[in-house]
Amino acid sequence: MKEFQEGSLAVAEIVRMCKPGVVSAYPITPQTHIVEELAQMVANGDLKAQCINVESEHSAASAVFGASAAGVRSYTATSSQGLFYMAEVLFNIAGVRLPIVMTCANRAISAPINIWNDQQDAVSLRDCGWVQVYAEDVQEAVDLHMIAYRLAEDKNIMLPVMVNMDGFVLTHGIETVDMPSQEQVDKYLPSYTPLYKLDIKNPMTIGPLVDPDYYMETRYAIQETHKSVLGMLPKLTEEFSKVFGRTYNGLVEGYRLDDAEKAFVAMGSVCGTTKEAIDSMRKKGKKVGLLKISCYRPFPHQAIYEALKNVKKVAVLDRALSLGSYAPLASEIKSVFFGKKKGPQTISSFIVGLGGRDITVHSIEEAYKLIGKKETCEFIDLKPELLKENYA
Amino acid sequence: MREIRIHARAGQGAITTASLLGHTYFHKGMYPYAFPHFGAARMGAPMNAFVRVDDRPVRLRSQIYAPDYVIVVDATLMRGFNCFSGLKEDGIAIISQREGVEIPKFKGKQKAYVVPANEIAMKHIGRPLGNTALLGAYAAATKDIGLDNLLEAIKNRFSGKAQEANIKAATEGYEFINKLK
Repeated sequence: MKEFQEGSLAVAEIVRMCKPGVVSAYPITPQTHIVEELAQMVANGDLKAQCINVESEHSAASAVFGASAAGVRSYTATSSQGLFYMAEVLFNIAGVRLPIVMTCANRAISAPINIWNDQQDAVSLRDCGWVQVYAEDVQEAVDLHMIAYRLAEDKNIMLPVMVNMDGFVLTHGIETVDMPSQEQVDKYLPSYTPLYKLDIKNPMTIGPLVDPDYYMETRYAIQETHKSVLGMLPKLTEEFSKVFGRTYNGLVEGYRLDDAEKAFVAMGSVCGTTKEAIDSMRKKGKKVGLLKISCYRPFPHQAIYEALKNVKKVAVLDRALSLGSYAPLASEIKSVFFGKKKGPQTISSFIVGLGGRDITVHSIEEAYKLIGKKETCEFIDLKPELLKENYA
Repeated sequence: MREIRIHARAGQGAITTASLLGHTYFHKGMYPYAFPHFGAARMGAPMNAFVRVDDRPVRLRSQIYAPDYVIVVDATLMRGFNCFSGLKEDGIAIISQREGVEIPKFKGKQKAYVVPANEIAMKHIGRPLGNTALLGAYAAATKDIGLDNLLEAIKNRFSGKAQEANIKAATEGYEFINKLK
């Protein structure tokens, strides 16, 4: 049923319908309404789960680690510094192959302190073994949580999934969202039966010391499984479409790319603004399109190659930095085409919307003007007057 | 597409105002996107809430720089900010009345309505939360939403005494504008 709902509350509602047995979170900044609402649902008896309030995100991640290891579907949510505080545990969760789903409300990283939206938090944790998917709007954020549990709990995958949604823009944005019925969710997402679990009647060890004779194989196995995710995601989204009627590719989504000579590449809610800019530029006769990256880990090299191999000029919009090097998304897009016969003549890299700097249609048009002219890390909407101050 | 910008201080209910306004358009079968932008994250700090409405899902996520309508919940903000920057040529501003705050001159077809919203709110709600009175005035001044649509949204949002009081406040805000005309 169509509702006018805040992003965070819509996510809480879909998580409730996914029936996790344990929800654990640190309830204070940087947190969203998601776990606040879930705690309320548990208190009201609308969600039969154990809600574990903890003293830090490190503990929140540890609590869902334990719950998932005991064979229970588990959920947590965080953002920004909270995600970083979880980092050590996130590597562990992926390392022992626990199918936890977490929402990350993408927000900037200190210092300076900044609570607003960019994607530095999740992008910085791209190497921790979690699958990372990014939502463009609230509807996609809702739908990705159902797909995330299916993917995570698939016996051929068994990896945690981080569903990313832009902080404030989507978490605090209220828009029309089609909420599924419990019957639909149950049809798509069966209850979870673990392959193995911590059980006092049948004792086993999870996550022991692994010496040099064995460690590399565990990492290799995760690397190989990420390749399987690339095959699995499109199948799960196709099945999703049959139950809910909404279609996603799962990996990438092209927008007006068929005859495009120039194309943007982006992740998350900036894709919406970019589509608006593209429509406006198309009206002026400019052949421009967008490739939206829905799945960032695993990185869908082949799908990106196919989508962009005939585009002459590409502009990558990054909302995070790898300070001291090329922007994270841009450098990976470039890596897709190295050694290939086909591909863009130039791949330009633009930094937009750090720490909540507003991204307008004008910002996208500014980047468009510089496609092919600037190759590395051009900052859009920078205020040069702020760079001139002399404190000496 | 219609764009509405709300100026308030954190804690004055601007998000609720944007949400109610969004709900009203939603009940009309349109696709609103309501969202806040916080300044410093503390009570009393100037902040904005926005509503962007279209007859198809809104994809544009930027803030609003050229609003069709502006709602000023706290007129003291007009001392430090141009709350009406970018207001369209035929734009409408709804301003909550506040003694000692000068109302700027508006250009051409632009219209501004000063509404004793807090006075109305004190009478019905007992607290100076003029948001629903301002929304009633918005309905009458813009004719973009009906009072019935707005009251429907208020009924969905509030219950009991709060519902009753906010319905009265919205209705009085609506009538205040209609009496001016």
